[in-house]
Amino acid sequence: MTNMKSFLGALALGVFAAGAVSAAGHSVRMGTEGAYPPYNFINDAGQVDGFEREVGDELCKRAALECTWVTNEWDSIIPNLVSGNYDTIIAGMSITDERDKVIDFTQEYYPPDPSAYVALAGADVDFNGGVIAAQASTIQASYIAESGAMLVEFTSPDDTIAAVKNGEADAVLADRGFLADIVKDSGGELVFTGPDVAIGGGVGIGVRESDGELKGKLDAAISSMKADGTLNALIAKWFDGKVTNY
Amino acid sequence: MCADPSTLEGLNWWLCYLTTVKHMNLYTSVFTVLLLLAIVTPCILALGFGGAVAKRSALMPVRWVGMGYTSMVRGVPDIVFFMFVPIALDQVFEMIRHKVLCSDVTDPIWQGNDFVVCDIAKLPLNAAPQWQHDAYGFILAVIAFAIVFGAFAANVIDGALKAVPKGQLEAGEAVGMTKRQIFTRIHAPQMWRYALPGLSNLWMILLKATPLLFLLGIEDVVYWARELGGAKTSRFAYPHTDWRLGYFLALLVFYLFLTWISEKVFDRLKLRFGAGVAI
Repeated sequence: MTNMKSFLGALALGVFAAGAVSAAGHSVRMGTEGAYPPYNFINDAGQVDGFEREVGDELCKRAALECTWVTNEWDSIIPNLVSGNYDTIIAGMSITDERDKVIDFTQEYYPPDPSAYVALAGADVDFNGGVIAAQASTIQASYIAESGAMLVEFTSPDDTIAAVKNGEADAVLADRGFLADIVKDSGGELVFTGPDVAIGGGVGIGVRESDGELKGKLDAAISSMKADGTLNALIAKWFDGKVTNY
Repeated sequence: MCADPSTLEGLNWWLCYLTTVKHMNLYTSVFTVLLLLAIVTPCILALGFGGAVAKRSALMPVRWVGMGYTSMVRGVPDIVFFMFVPIALDQVFEMIRHKVLCSDVTDPIWQGNDFVVCDIAKLPLNAAPQWQHDAYGFILAVIAFAIVFGAFAANVIDGALKAVPKGQLEAGEAVGMTKRQIFTRIHAPQMWRYALPGLSNLWMILLKATPLLFLLGIEDVVYWARELGGAKTSRFAYPHTDWRLGYFLALLVFYLFLTWISEKVFDRLKLRFGAGVAI
């Protein structure tokens, strides 16, 4: 029994002692998926890299925030923001009404991007009745579910591509910016096919609804990046020369 | 040599590829798994022993605690438990800290969907280095694993205590031992022989449950194998196609190796606890 008591005591001490260090500056934890190149990915040095890393670091500099990067599975990325494990979601997340009910978004830092289908070269895809892959909890997944096609969901973006390659799905529906690299690298094995689908708004940073102060700071920083053209330049750099007019 | 991977070929490419920081993370995550096992096993045995003793206690309330613990925890799916316990513990800790450290803040902790505590009540602090966040997650994981597997261990040990032949205990009484002496000198030492098969099963299940660590945000071997194995476009320094099969094969060998070692150890334990017993 004494052992148990001292264990609990040590635990309580640990729990409270961590409060002794005071926070220097305003530190913000940036949450991302780390599996969606070129938006965000883990590079070979084990660091978060990509378009959103550069945008995020620049935003933090302009808003005078100390930022650290954390990765989280896409599936639980919103619940973990809401429970306070990190302070922002910067993970290629389109601004939708459904998500806006649960969290708040800053203004967009990437314009609405039509989603596109990718299939094996020469495949004949039935977009309204075939088997289409998408990542779970994405705007593409809800679109397919309503289109009449058979939806197969995967937890990671990687798995959706693998499903098309091994024939489990006829095609994958995802953001064009993500698919472009994969199509280019596949050496003709995978091709864009069918119509582009315009769904979702632009991409914004998700913040807790109670965190208006952080949202304000990030909004101001995004505006300043739009005003001096740095955001346009970063989009062109990471998305194959894509032209935007912010 | 590894400065410009695009110029590498053959063996050199492989040498550089297999020593990237990301691969180092994979190798060190093996130790994360082993460390978890090393810390959590004594906790499981302690909880199991405590639970079993509580279940057999002469005091009704203590018995209820033991019964409640084993039947409730065993009845809930592991995965639910692993998601619930760490989040609940984390929020309880933060709530207490909020109450103590920020008593002047009047805003409610729950604001709609948001769980909001003051900055200095966060655990770990937002500004804390990443290793502290990792260590904290690891501790929560240890607690969750210990609670779940402790409940199963309690049942195994309870069964083993019942399996010790009555005559052994009566012999203790006959030579005038106290209840306590009978328990520590006869009952508990003989119990292990009966508990071992059940505990070895539990250990194997625990080994295979360690990938659940990823649910708790701890990057274990399975996480890194999946991350490294996925197809890499030319954005990456070492582009390759989908290599998950290869990585998972390596995982298979790793887990089989752990199982093989475990069986050897359990064989020895069986000999040891069975020493001097006529079968």
